[in-house]
Amino acid sequence: MTYLAKPRLHHPTLTKNKVGYTRRDYEGPVSTLCAGCGHDSISAAIIQACWELDIEPHRVAKLSGIGCSSKAPTYFLGASHGFNTVHGRMPSVLTGANLANRELMYLGVSGDGDSASIGLGQFANAMRRGVNMAYIVMNNGVYGLTKGQFSATADRGSKSKKGAINTDNPVDLVGIALQLGATYVARSFSGDKAQLVPLIKGALAHGGAAFIDVISPCVTFNNHGGSTKSYEYIRQHDEAVSTVEFMTPGSLDATHYPAGSVTEVEQSDGTVLRLRKLHADYDPTDRYAAMSYMHEHAARGEVVTGLLYLDPLPTDLHTSLNTCASPLNSLGTAQLCPGAKALEKINATLR
Amino acid sequence: MKPIEAINDFVIKFANINGSGSASANELFAKAVMRMGVPVSPRNIFPSNIQGMPTWYEARVCEKGYHGRRGGVDMMVAMNPQTWDADVAEIEPGGYLFYDSTRPIPEDKFRKDVTVIGVPLTEITNTAYTDPRQRQLFKNIIYVGALSVLLDLDASVFEKLFAEQFKGKERLLASNLQAINLGRDYVTQHLAFPLGIRVRKSDKIGDQIFTDGNSAMALGCVYGGATVAAWYPITPSSSVPENFQKYCDKFRVDESTGQHNFAIVQAEDELASIGMAIGAGWNGARAFTATSGAGISLMTEFIGLAYFAEIPVTLINIQRGGPSTGMPTRTQQSDLLSCAYASHGDTKHVMLLPQDPHECFEHAAAALDLADRLQTPIFVMSDLDIGMNQRLCKPFVWDDQRDYDRGKVMTAADLDAGKDFGRYNDVDGDGIPWRTYPGTHPTKGSFFTRGTSKDAYARYSERGPDYIYNMERLLKKFKTAADLVPQPIVQKANQPTRVGAIYFGSTTPAMREALDVLSEDGIHVDGMRLLAYPFPQSVEQFLAEHDTVFVVEQNRDAQMRTLLINELDANPKQLVKVLHYDGTPITARFIVSAVAAKLALLKETV
Repeated sequence: MTYLAKPRLHHPTLTKNKVGYTRRDYEGPVSTLCAGCGHDSISAAIIQACWELDIEPHRVAKLSGIGCSSKAPTYFLGASHGFNTVHGRMPSVLTGANLANRELMYLGVSGDGDSASIGLGQFANAMRRGVNMAYIVMNNGVYGLTKGQFSATADRGSKSKKGAINTDNPVDLVGIALQLGATYVARSFSGDKAQLVPLIKGALAHGGAAFIDVISPCVTFNNHGGSTKSYEYIRQHDEAVSTVEFMTPGSLDATHYPAGSVTEVEQSDGTVLRLRKLHADYDPTDRYAAMSYMHEHAARGEVVTGLLYLDPLPTDLHTSLNTCASPLNSLGTAQLCPGAKALEKINATLR
Repeated sequence: MKPIEAINDFVIKFANINGSGSASANELFAKAVMRMGVPVSPRNIFPSNIQGMPTWYEARVCEKGYHGRRGGVDMMVAMNPQTWDADVAEIEPGGYLFYDSTRPIPEDKFRKDVTVIGVPLTEITNTAYTDPRQRQLFKNIIYVGALSVLLDLDASVFEKLFAEQFKGKERLLASNLQAINLGRDYVTQHLAFPLGIRVRKSDKIGDQIFTDGNSAMALGCVYGGATVAAWYPITPSSSVPENFQKYCDKFRVDESTGQHNFAIVQAEDELASIGMAIGAGWNGARAFTATSGAGISLMTEFIGLAYFAEIPVTLINIQRGGPSTGMPTRTQQSDLLSCAYASHGDTKHVMLLPQDPHECFEHAAAALDLADRLQTPIFVMSDLDIGMNQRLCKPFVWDDQRDYDRGKVMTAADLDAGKDFGRYNDVDGDGIPWRTYPGTHPTKGSFFTRGTSKDAYARYSERGPDYIYNMERLLKKFKTAADLVPQPIVQKANQPTRVGAIYFGSTTPAMREALDVLSEDGIHVDGMRLLAYPFPQSVEQFLAEHDTVFVVEQNRDAQMRTLLINELDANPKQLVKVLHYDGTPITARFIVSAVAAKLALLKETV
C-alpha cells in the first residue's frame, strides 16, 4: 500500500507499554505489498503482539527467505535487525544466528513456496532440532512475486487464476511440524486478528520451536472462485478448535474441562495461555491426538485453526548442545583460546 | 641386478587390506624412523571404502627432509594378495620385496631383479596368539619388528614409543613389545641383515611435530576463537569438524558448569551448513564450515549472499579429485576457480593456501580474523594430501598477547556518541564498512541485511549509482584484502635467472625438492610460493622480473594460471603450465622432467 504514506509524528497520547514504547515503535517502513494482502494483516498482528508482550524491538532478530512473505519483515519492527536470506534457507540462517546469541528472540517469517517447496528440508530439520524461535508461514498457496504459479501447499484440485487445476497433493506444514517435534504448533487466518495475536504472543514466549501456519489469501493471484486459499473459502471452512487468550503471569489449571469451558496452560516463562475450547474432544497437549484430528478434518475439507499442540515445558537446541548461558558471540580469548602452554603440550604429544 | 644401497633415503610402501588394523602399525614404523632422527613423509593411498579393499601406505625416508612424494618404490611390504602382481611390478629394479612366507607362492609370482625377503608372519602370529583379533592386529606389529632389524632401526625406539603410547596400560605395552620382538627375533635368527637400504641415526627432526592437516586445521579453529561450526560429512574434510569437536571437548568445556563454549551442528546438507555459519557470523560469532568440492558447489548461492551482504564466514575446503563425485579419496588442487569466483554475478573471494599442517593451524586462525576484518567469506584451501596425511612440520605457535581481530564493529557507545552508521558506507577509504551486531542499541544501528542491492545505508535500492557504489567498494575491499592476507614467499635461485616458478599448497614440498634438483642440474629457477589470493603487488613484480614463469599445480585446467592471467592481465605465453592431476600427489621427479623438457623446447623455438 505504497500510496498511503505513514505520518512520521506520533500522537503524544499514544499508549506506552511497560518498556516505554508505543505501538508505532514496532512498525517499519510502509508496506510495498498489494492493497488487501493478508501478509500486511499478519505484520499488524506481529506488531500488536510484540507491543503487548513489552518486548524491546531491538531484542528481536527477524529473519526471512525470499518471496512476498519474506519481504514482510521490512514492514514491522523497524528497530530490529532483519535478514532477508536466500530462498527456502531462512531456517539454517536463523539456527546459526540463534546459536551465536541465545539472548535475542528469533522471529522467522516465511511463505509456502519458501518453506514447503524449495525449503521443505530446512523447515523440517529446524523443527527436528527444536530451535527456539517463532516461525510464521504466511501461507497463500501461490507464488506472488513470480505471478501466480502454484506452491506446494496448494490443495489438489484447486484452481489457479489462469484456470489451471493443481494435480499435486499439498504439503501440510502443520502435520510435518507436529511429526518432527515442534513444541508449539498453531494454525490461523490472517483475517482473524483476534485469534492470531494471542497465538503469536504464545509463540514468542514459548521457549522452543514454535510454528504458526497462517492462511493468508493472495488478493492478486489466489482469491478467486476455485481457490482453497481465498478469503471466502477460508471463512466458510475455518474450524477453530479453541479461542486463545494470552496472560502473564499465571498458574496452571486443570487440563480437562467440559466443552466450552477454559483450559489454562502455563509456559516455562510463567506466561499462561487460556484456551476456551470449542471442540469438546480436542486436547492440545496430546501430539498424536492432534495429528489424527488434523488428518480427519482435512479429509473433510475443513481448515482447523487455533492452538493445535503445545508442550508447555519445551527444550531447545541450546539445551541439546549444552551451550553456556552467555551468548557465544560475547566470549573472548579468555574463554575461547587454550593459550600457548596448552599448545606446547599438544606439540609434545606430536613428536 | 645389484641391490639398491641407500642410507636414510628410500621409499617403502606397505600394501594392506582396508580395515585390517595396519594403519597404526604403519604409523608406528614411521615414528620409529623419526625417533632415529631421520625425516619420513608417509602417504595413505586408500579407496572410498571401509573394509576389504586394498589400501597402501607409502613412506618416504629422506634425510634431506623432502616431504613430497618421490615416486618409485624401493621396498614393498606386500601384505595384500589381491594386489600382489601390481605391487611386485611397482618395485624399482634392485629393490626389495618383503612378504608373508607362511604359504608357498608360485615362483613365477616373483621377480628376479629384486631381493625377496620372506617372513612366515602368519605362522609366527598363530603360534604366539590364539585370539583372532589379536592375531590380526599383532601380525602388523610383527612385520614392523621384522622390518626394524632389516632396516637397522634400534629396538630402543620402540620401547620408548610404546612407553609413551601405553602410559598406565602396562599390559598393552608388554604385549606390543612382545610382538615387535617376535618379528625382530625371527629376522635375527634366520635372515641376513641389515639390507642395502637402511636407517642410520641422524639429527634432522629437531623440534618438528608430526601431524595431519585436518586436525591442525581444527586446532587452529579452536585457537582462532570459532564458536559455531556447522558441517555435513564429506571425504576428505570430515575429520576437521570431528577434531574440532574433540579439541572443544578438551578445551572449551567450562570447568565449573560443564557447559560448552561452542556449538557444533551436523546439518542436513551443505546448504544448511553454510547457512548456519552465515547466520552465526551475521550475529557476531566466529563460525566455520568444512567441506570439499561437491559441498562448495552446493553452497555457492549462500556464498554469493555472504559476499554481497558482507557477512564474515570461514570455509575450509579439503580439496579432492573432481569434477562431480570425482575421486573422493584422491588429491587435487582443482577447486581454485570454483572458490575464487563462487556464485552468480560478479564475485571474488579470498583464499588462503596452506602448505602443511603448521600452516593449516595458522591459516585457520588467520581466516577467522580475516573474515571478521573483511566481512566476507574466507576460504582455506587445503587438500586431501595435506589434510589426511601426517607430515613433519614446524611446531604450532601461539602468542598469548594475541587478541582476536573482530573488525569494524560499532558498539552502543559509538552510536550514542553520534557516529554516523551506514552499514555499506565506506568511511575509512579501504572499502570495508562498519557493522553492528543485532541487539546492540534500542534505537540506533539496526539495519536490514539482504541479498538484493541497497544503498550505503542498507536501504533497498535498484538505483544504478547505488549499485555501482557498492560493487566498486567491494572491489576496493578486495584490494585491501591483498595486503592483509599471508604474503608470497620468494626463493631465489643460486644464480640470477629470468626463469621463475609459481606454486602453492601441497605442491610445495615437491617443488622445494625440484628446485634443488634443477639447480644441481644447472637449471636455475626462482620460486614464488603463493600463500593467498588475491595477489599482492609482489606477484606482479615477480612476473615482471621473469621472462618465463612455470605455474605448477595439481589440476587439469591450470586454474591458478587462469587466475594470474585474469587478475593481473599477465601474458598467457609467459606463464607455462606444469600440471599433475591423476589424483596422486605431485612429485619432484615429475616437476623436474616437465620443467627441463619445456625449457629445452622453449630454447629451440627462440
